[in-house]
Amino acid sequence: MELDELYREVILDHNQNPRRHGRLTDPSASQGLYNPTCGDRITVDVQVRDEKVADAAFDGHGCSISTASASMLMDSIVGQPLDEARRTARGFIDFITGRREEPPPGEWDSLAGVRRFASRVKCATLAHNALLQALDELQADPAHPESPPKDD
Amino acid sequence: MATKTIREQYPVLSRQVNGHRLVYLDSAATALKPQSVIDAERAYYEHYTANVHRSVHTLGEEATGAYEAARGRVRSFLNAGADDEIVFTHGATEGLNLVAHGYGGTHLQPGDEIVMTPAEHHSNLVPWQQVAARTGARLRFVELGADGTVSLDAVRAVLSPRTRVVSMFHSSNVLGTVNPIADIAREAHRVGAVMVVDGAQSVPHMPVDVAALDADFLAFSAHKLGGPTGVGALYGKRALLAETAPLYFGGEMIEQVEREHSTFKAPPERFEGGTPHIAGVIGLGAALTFLSEVGMERIYQHDRELAALAYDRLAQVDGIEIYGPDHDRQSLVAFNVKGVHPHDVAQVLDARGIAVRAGHHCCQPLMSWLDVGSTVRASFYLYNEPDDIEALVEGLQHTVRFFHGA
Ligand SMILES: Cc1ncc(COP(=O)(O)O)c(C=O)c1O
Repeated sequence: MELDELYREVILDHNQNPRRHGRLTDPSASQGLYNPTCGDRITVDVQVRDEKVADAAFDGHGCSISTASASMLMDSIVGQPLDEARRTARGFIDFITGRREEPPPGEWDSLAGVRRFASRVKCATLAHNALLQALDELQADPAHPESPPKDD
Repeated sequence: MATKTIREQYPVLSRQVNGHRLVYLDSAATALKPQSVIDAERAYYEHYTANVHRSVHTLGEEATGAYEAARGRVRSFLNAGADDEIVFTHGATEGLNLVAHGYGGTHLQPGDEIVMTPAEHHSNLVPWQQVAARTGARLRFVELGADGTVSLDAVRAVLSPRTRVVSMFHSSNVLGTVNPIADIAREAHRVGAVMVVDGAQSVPHMPVDVAALDADFLAFSAHKLGGPTGVGALYGKRALLAETAPLYFGGEMIEQVEREHSTFKAPPERFEGGTPHIAGVIGLGAALTFLSEVGMERIYQHDRELAALAYDRLAQVDGIEIYGPDHDRQSLVAFNVKGVHPHDVAQVLDARGIAVRAGHHCCQPLMSWLDVGSTVRASFYLYNEPDDIEALVEGLQHTVRFFHGA
């Protein structure tokens, strides 16, 4: 295994310059998640307006895989309708865990190398799981009514 | 035995990893196994498979003989007074749980105090948290010195007439420090407390004499000294084991069973309910024989020299922060590479055949104390050599270049 198969340029770049890193001042929902194998913690904030992700940010400290993956996720969901953001997150989790062969559209195939490292799958999906939980929480909150997601 | 001769005894060392010779620097997680241990386990399965303490036939006699011989070997390795002070467990974790629940759980009263450090492995912290919650006892933590060391004065400062238990690691799996257990035990006994020692990292690396330490209980795991996984031993003073309740009830540990109640065997059988890991216990005995042949004093010096060398070499690499004291290190170095996550460091090193651990090392309170999420850890054992440390240093220089493009 060549290292640059795992650590593609895109990943190193996102890791060096993470997009949308920090906290939102008034998020509609936020969710912190802990990775017990490495002690890393990530928090995802989302701002929802008109059933769309108006803004998103992640905070916390993680390895290059989790940072790059979170950074890509934030970038790709801003502007997306909520169910599409969900599909993005789920689609990536399915891709990384081998439940589907094709990565979701976008930069996601740059993380394909992670599929060969079971120990890094948790890192790559931490932000995605946090986002899904934040959106679930939002849906359960009557102040932000939203239609239930369709299973795809 | 020269290190080269020692290395030949460990079959795994001859394999390649990602096209490189294996540089195994993760013995604090689990040690490699010498051929004699593998052969001893195998001999039990190939020549005398039988249950112990039950069967009158020849194989049963042989298995029981080998199992009890291993107990004798543990006794002499630790310089314990008698074989019945040695209980076989599935590892340090079970040994510490047995003391916490079986002794602490039956002796602690509300307001009693359990003294430990913030640098304990979770296996010597979480069981006591559970027992404290159940009994109403309180946990008290010794203040660590600036470099993470535990001083006798700091221990004295938290001891009180309410202290019933002092439970501490002997050698740290993160800081590489060795606690002055003999002195701490004396202080513990002065206030009437029992001294429990987590020997998981000391028994593999230094001569440990429970009589000289005056430890009341001491737990360790076989796999960290080259024995099989899933087996270990607990030393307990005879009088204290007699007052300890078993964790498991069932076969092997009983004396007489009636419909409504039962009586139990004396220690150590009382604590070995069910069919034990017989091959594992025999393998543990073989591992102790192997270490004794090399000589524990020699292993102690060897591991300390490697740790000192690693400290000096790593301290010269730009951007490396080392945790713990700058001297008197036992067998390991935990560190971080500035700006690179420990997982990424471990991944880059693995591509060069170098195995290190990255994580919190089951010491989350210590990670908080150090104010880090996790660290890299390189740990050494009798089969490591200075070349392994050079490979590590080169690997780290490469890591820095890889992520910072210098
Ligand atoms: C200091 C210390 N205590 C306890 C343990 C627990 O050992 P085991 O997992 O073999 O039960 C370990 C092993 O990681 C350790 O390093």
